[in-house]
Amino acid sequence: MATYRRINVIDNGGVHVVHFVDKKIVDSGTIEQLGDELTGLVLNEKKNMLLLNFDTVEFMSSAALNKLISLNKKVKDAAGQLKLCCLRPEIGEVFKITRLDRVFDIRKDEASGLSAFKL
Amino acid sequence: MNSRPPMWKCDKIIPSELDAGHASIEELMNALESAGWEGRDVFHIQMAIEEAVVNAIEHGNKRDASKQVHVVFVVDRDSAEMTVTDQGEGFDHQNVADPTEDDRLDQPRGRGVLLIRELMSDAQYNSKGNSVWMRKVRSKDEPEASF
Repeated sequence: MATYRRINVIDNGGVHVVHFVDKKIVDSGTIEQLGDELTGLVLNEKKNMLLLNFDTVEFMSSAALNKLISLNKKVKDAAGQLKLCCLRPEIGEVFKITRLDRVFDIRKDEASGLSAFKL
Repeated sequence: MNSRPPMWKCDKIIPSELDAGHASIEELMNALESAGWEGRDVFHIQMAIEEAVVNAIEHGNKRDASKQVHVVFVVDRDSAEMTVTDQGEGFDHQNVADPTEDDRLDQPRGRGVLLIRELMSDAQYNSKGNSVWMRKVRSKDEPEASF
């Protein structure tokens, strides 16, 4: 079983809920490692029903957004589903400005995120 | 004309290393906190300065150890100004492809420039495109400085 340093993963009835260890996702080393771990979930562990819970995340740079976009492509290629939840208003604003709210399925809380999956 | 000196000013040259860039950003964030800034305004400034400094180091100077980045931060109660200048070739800031176009949403480039323009009260690049000046005017509903 894989060991993660940047994320915690919980299996909730077939949907893997991902919590982030870092409050600020800004350091390039952290972002690379995070991207590798998220990619590994899909490509290596075949976990492609993912709910990313941002409740602990206070700040993230556009480099981190790029990792999420890359993850979204990999999940789609694997015929999976990727959803986001619990974004702080400021981070939600960044998704709106960049119009990435049209790319990602963003839900208010974890419960509504989980119920949005088609299993 | 207001001749009062700013509450805090930082003018320095840093190497083209992300650690040095983040250390200078941390200084700015601490100065903002000391000046009573908080909440959404601080998030906006952090987002914009992060994009500007990382762009200068990675895309401007291409992490070339022989090149440096000049940062100037001025923090006051009601506004904050930041200038970031690299020694790169600059870029055509007036013709950056719109990253919010449907066919470009999944592309990595252009999002930082968009965020700087949207989150700051003012943002201007020099003609060469290797220097950005930006200003954030503090929101009216943010609390006053405590000192």
